[in-house]
Amino acid sequence: MSINVQHISKSFKEVKAINNISFEVKEGELFGLIGPDGAGKTTIFRILTTLLFSDKGTANVAGFDVIDNYKDIRNHVGYMPGRFSLYQDLTVEENLEFFATIFGTTIKENYDLIKDIYIQIEPFKTRRAGKLSGGMKQKLALCCALIHKPKVLFLDEPTTGVDPVSRKEFWEILKRLQKKGITILVSTPYMDEAALCDRIALIQEGEILEIDTPQEITKHYPKAIYNVKANNMYKLINSLKKYEHHYSVYPFGEYVHYTDKRTKFSIDILKNYLVENQFSDIEIIETTPSIEDTFMELAK
Amino acid sequence: MKRFIGFIKKEFYHIFRDKRSLFILFGMPIAQIMLFGFAITNEINNVDIAILDKSKDATTIEIINKISSSKYFSVEQLINNESEIEPVFKKGKVKAVLIFEKDFSKKLVKENNATLQIITDATDPNTANTISNYTNSILQKYQQEINKNIKIPYQIIPKSHMVFNPELKSVFMFVPGVMTIILMLVSAMMTSISITREKELGTMEILLVSPLKPFQVIIGKVVPYIFLSIINAIVIVLLSIFVFKMPVQGSLFLLAFESVLFIITSLSLGILISTLSSTQQTAMMISLMGLMLPTILLSGFIFPISSMPLPLQIISNIIPAKWFIIILKGIMLKGVGISFIWKETSFLLLMTMIFIAISVKKYKIRLE
Amino acid sequence: MKQESIIQVENLTKKFNDFTAVNAISFNVKKGEIFGFLGANGAGKTTAMKMLIGISTPTSGNAHVAGYNVFKNPENIKKSIGYMSQKFALYDDLTVKENITFFGGIYGLSRKQIEVKRRLLVEELGLQDIANELVSSLPLGWKQKIAFSVALLHEPKIIFLDEPTGGVDPITRRQFWEMIYKTANNGTTVFVTTHYMDEAEYCDRVSIMVDGKIEALDTPKNLKKQFNAENMNDVFLKLARG
Repeated sequence: MSINVQHISKSFKEVKAINNISFEVKEGELFGLIGPDGAGKTTIFRILTTLLFSDKGTANVAGFDVIDNYKDIRNHVGYMPGRFSLYQDLTVEENLEFFATIFGTTIKENYDLIKDIYIQIEPFKTRRAGKLSGGMKQKLALCCALIHKPKVLFLDEPTTGVDPVSRKEFWEILKRLQKKGITILVSTPYMDEAALCDRIALIQEGEILEIDTPQEITKHYPKAIYNVKANNMYKLINSLKKYEHHYSVYPFGEYVHYTDKRTKFSIDILKNYLVENQFSDIEIIETTPSIEDTFMELAK
Repeated sequence: MKRFIGFIKKEFYHIFRDKRSLFILFGMPIAQIMLFGFAITNEINNVDIAILDKSKDATTIEIINKISSSKYFSVEQLINNESEIEPVFKKGKVKAVLIFEKDFSKKLVKENNATLQIITDATDPNTANTISNYTNSILQKYQQEINKNIKIPYQIIPKSHMVFNPELKSVFMFVPGVMTIILMLVSAMMTSISITREKELGTMEILLVSPLKPFQVIIGKVVPYIFLSIINAIVIVLLSIFVFKMPVQGSLFLLAFESVLFIITSLSLGILISTLSSTQQTAMMISLMGLMLPTILLSGFIFPISSMPLPLQIISNIIPAKWFIIILKGIMLKGVGISFIWKETSFLLLMTMIFIAISVKKYKIRLE
Repeated sequence: MKQESIIQVENLTKKFNDFTAVNAISFNVKKGEIFGFLGANGAGKTTAMKMLIGISTPTSGNAHVAGYNVFKNPENIKKSIGYMSQKFALYDDLTVKENITFFGGIYGLSRKQIEVKRRLLVEELGLQDIANELVSSLPLGWKQKIAFSVALLHEPKIIFLDEPTGGVDPITRRQFWEMIYKTANNGTTVFVTTHYMDEAEYCDRVSIMVDGKIEALDTPKNLKKQFNAENMNDVFLKLARG
């Protein structure tokens, strides 16, 4: 096991940040902590990177205990905190050089590992980090976290506030890193990114809702989900919510995801209801649940 | 060690890229010293004076001529009796009134001495002090001239009298004071800000999760500012010697040693402040309110400690600047050696050790 | 059905020295429409939005917002719009009630109006229990919902939302969008930026900015057709990657 977390809890004053969290990450795995802001993701990261003590429970990273062997952990992990944490007044190259030196290595020594990423920002290597675009900053931060060839990489919300293009590129990079044998723990509030992880833990309000592969998690969804569409979205949501048999009604892209309370449900019954309510262009199709559906169901 | 040097290199990048701070860092000492220096200057030029000559004889006229022909004074007005002195001062233009006693010449010849009273407006205490010094030297020169051929010397006794603010502070006082404040500001405020900036940026998190040891981070933060402070100290001393002709009586080596000690005291205070605050803004506020004000007000720089109420006198003992100012005055003005200031030096040493001990205890290797 | 435009933008340009952040963009937003304003980081969205809400003067071009010219009447624009961003929404160290009173006050509502609005808002959002709590103690989702309502206090004609749902949990995110639908249904125009591509589908029309220019503008349905894409995410990727 690369990361092993057993029953950890942490409170700040009266606020419980995380409660009885346990999970394991296998060597070479890309593991995702999926949940909204305030779910406790950052607290978990800080405990695992030895920045915080947990109130209860034990945890070890790369075989080292987070309390007793914290110095060893600090030598063997790479960490990219949620906020952009590089020196804005240093150039790209200077930042990278600085992090290489404090980890007792050189850019040359581990250039292989960061090569793919670094060539993308190399044309700007004399630019100050503060002047880079969001996507480039994030790539530089990743290079800095990788420069000492860590065994485990901790990425706390690396894609928050980043546009879809850069996000996609970033995940492609993570997949490549994983192939090089680095264990990666990543957190994100974007549910669509969950599908890109090997296994995920869904977190809400400091508790783990479920841990499994993304495929398995969506299989656990208890009901049939229907994509519903009609001429007026707002009225459609309102009508469906007024419908006495509805179980859940959530807008999902161009559709509304609808589930029904009844065990016997047919598309036609719902269609009739909508027609009665003066909707036109009605479209109802059964669909497969997504991780977001599962999350909402579990978080209910 | 390589890690450590890499860290210090990074700190210098920060300092040299922040042009505004850099300007303040080096501009401030120069500006301050110039400001204080010229505001509290000991040069006077064409100061307006009034004269009350009660004898109007050959000697007094000769003296008045000497005084009015010097570039320092210009005789604005001759008055006829003592009741006019106060109105003349109140008008504000005249800074001093010279009063020759009655029968000045006669007394000088018969009794071998005569009195000249110098009344100065001490609302501007430095000018007042300087005026009476300059008048004295003019009188002395005149006496040397008239006494050349006489066995029993004639003596003119100047009696200085200050109105409005009879207590004066030392003119050279400002150099030790400004030096103390600047070293304090640069060392304590700059270090505390630079450490809290890392916290604010989030880079402290990365530094903590790295093999760099916490004390290396701290020392690495401090080293550049030791350099900068030493440069500042040298600039101040050079300025005061060459621009203001302030003599440094004591040993330069001792001066350097004591300055480095005080710099370290201030740096350890800066580290202490940074452990107490999490944002640059708080660090700045604590440095300004908690350090600068007491340093200016309670160190004896502006207000003499001896005239403070007892509780403040007691509090002033824990202000490092008070001891450093005493040390500086001792070395620069009196030229004393370590044997006279060992007590103050050990106070500073003790304080430094206490600050460092608290900071080490308070410094977090984790986030809380 | 021809609807009147509430935002008209013609060749709007903003230059910072030699860098052109917004390059001659033109579009119209119809009254009561939910208009999605998308683009990669650094594409110029924020700069464009700042010009439209009257806090940044354009270099050239022209724009009318709620009938006012961005050059001549930025102050009137500010009075007719609501604005909410992810970065700043409410004062953390004031209670919910105090925030409502404060923001009502700066938009010139009378004390009576504020009182009425506040009661309405508390009831609508079910804030009875938390009205006197400090905003800092509330979950992010609540904050954003309250902030949205506060931005609507003075019944603006247009509301600008700058990434209103970043980091919010999926359920609250949907509740938030239901509020947006409701607002638009009441005739208020909604101008919104987001990084969630599924949210782009909720908009009536979507514009996508790339390097300071608007490269696509249509209904989500037509955009998907135009780019032969399955969803808006694909549209975005195809466009932004060239």
